[in-house]
Amino acid sequence: MGLGSDMYRQQILDHYKSPRNYGEMEEPTFSHVGENPSCGDTIQVDVRLEDDEETIEYVSFTGDGCAISQASASMLSERLQGMTLTELHELDTDDITEMLGVTISPMRVKCAVLARQVAQDGAKLHNDDIDDLELTNLEADEN
Amino acid sequence: MSTQRTYPIDVASIREDFPILDRHVGGDVTVAGESDGDTEPLVYLDNGATSQTPRQVVDAIVDYYYGYNSNVHRGIHQLSQEASVAYEAAHDRVAEFINAAGREEIVFTKNTTESMNLVAYAWGLEELSPGDSVVTTEMEHHAALVTWQQICKKTGAELRFIRIDGEGRLDMDHAAELIDDSTKMVSAVHISNTLGTINPVSDLCDLAHEHDAYAFIDGAQAVPTRPVDVAAIDADFYAFSGHKMLGPTGIGVLYGKESILESMSPYLYGGEMIRTVTYEESTWEDLPWKFEAGTPVIEQGIALHAAIDYLEDIGMENVQRHEELLAEYAYEELTAHGDVEIYGPPGDDRGGLVAFNLEGVHAHDLSSILNDYAVAIRAGDHCTQPLHDKLGVAASARASFYIYNTTEEIDRLVEAVDAARQLFA
Repeated sequence: MGLGSDMYRQQILDHYKSPRNYGEMEEPTFSHVGENPSCGDTIQVDVRLEDDEETIEYVSFTGDGCAISQASASMLSERLQGMTLTELHELDTDDITEMLGVTISPMRVKCAVLARQVAQDGAKLHNDDIDDLELTNLEADEN
Repeated sequence: MSTQRTYPIDVASIREDFPILDRHVGGDVTVAGESDGDTEPLVYLDNGATSQTPRQVVDAIVDYYYGYNSNVHRGIHQLSQEASVAYEAAHDRVAEFINAAGREEIVFTKNTTESMNLVAYAWGLEELSPGDSVVTTEMEHHAALVTWQQICKKTGAELRFIRIDGEGRLDMDHAAELIDDSTKMVSAVHISNTLGTINPVSDLCDLAHEHDAYAFIDGAQAVPTRPVDVAAIDADFYAFSGHKMLGPTGIGVLYGKESILESMSPYLYGGEMIRTVTYEESTWEDLPWKFEAGTPVIEQGIALHAAIDYLEDIGMENVQRHEELLAEYAYEELTAHGDVEIYGPPGDDRGGLVAFNLEGVHAHDLSSILNDYAVAIRAGDHCTQPLHDKLGVAASARASFYIYNTTEEIDRLVEAVDAARQLFA
């Protein structure tokens, strides 16, 4: 069949039902929150960096929302460990759909990339590349 | 699953008038219209958002553009006269359809939202001031809710919300408490686009009138699906959209009592709405043209006329019975497993739509899986965010039915919900 069943392959459902690295971190180097208000997807990403302030040591997340947004956060939390912040910033939408291993229908892309955007915005805030972003909101750009 | 049902209308012959119902879907969404990858027969259950268009309505549009396309109320040439007569006749037809006194009470707008804004700006901004109140409901569509919210902010008037009870019905005791001598406007939805609740709009109008307030009724989900008599309801204003009742997009209707419309200043200024203009002063055209500035929705008005002819040929009582039959069937079938929550009143005391959630599955995941089964429904907040907050959910899935829908299509919906249930089990 079409997009739907493809979007809910075993891997997605597995990460949705048993999210990896789920929970708030005790002492994160940085932490950031984002949402897609119309979907009700919310994600908080906590990141601990190694002493070089560049390499990601550990990532955890908490959140609520659709299977795509939560599975994407779970898979990303595994993927980011050991990556550098530079590599994090290079992750684009194609990298996320590749990671998910499924075709994401156009209306659902914002669900898939929410966790990545939260991680990237969190890193930028930490390094003062942007100032004052209380909440990542992927729908804000649409208005 | 499906038992043989006798429909109150001839669904099979109605379906023949809607070529789009033969569509297949499932392929590339960047290609508009059916293409190679589209293999699954469409089940269209998103009529609360917009209805499909029969040949008779499209024919009326084609006849207009190929036969007498012209601007109205300007030319003395024949085409302009033909277009003017047809455009004015469309107002008469709408008036007759909802039992208004005449074309003076029928203003064509862009949609229900614009009808709402016309009243909010032309009446609300002029008449409301601190100490006044506007009373609306917790189940309002954003069209009314956001508009009154902003107009009240501008004017200093207070906005009050009539509570809904556990079954999604208006608490009329609360309504009687909230509507008082400070109230200048009572604004209520006739049928909730999320709960399906049919509100006692006539009682609300009476309450408003007891306190010398006006009543505005949002009939976007009501006029397409049942007989509506604005005189019997005694609404001061009543609004609906053409595209939810077999017409094209781009046309809405504002009904207003003649004496009230007469007392209001224009909302938009420009051509078509004036009688005399000097460099210093202007005077206004008669109703309803005073509120239709610029080149109006000529094609859409003529097409709406054809849509009303089509619906009345079926009979609005029959349309209503068909809606009730489908809503009741959907309600029974969807709730059979006990893990589907349908919002709004149970049973057949509701409009022809069901907004629901499947336990453990986000509404957007559900709608993606339904889309895979070629079942088109709406997922999201249906422009009732505060109501969804109150229901404690971020979003819901909504199936909404119309004259061409069948119980077999609802079986397909239920089958798709079963698939989602299994996938997420």
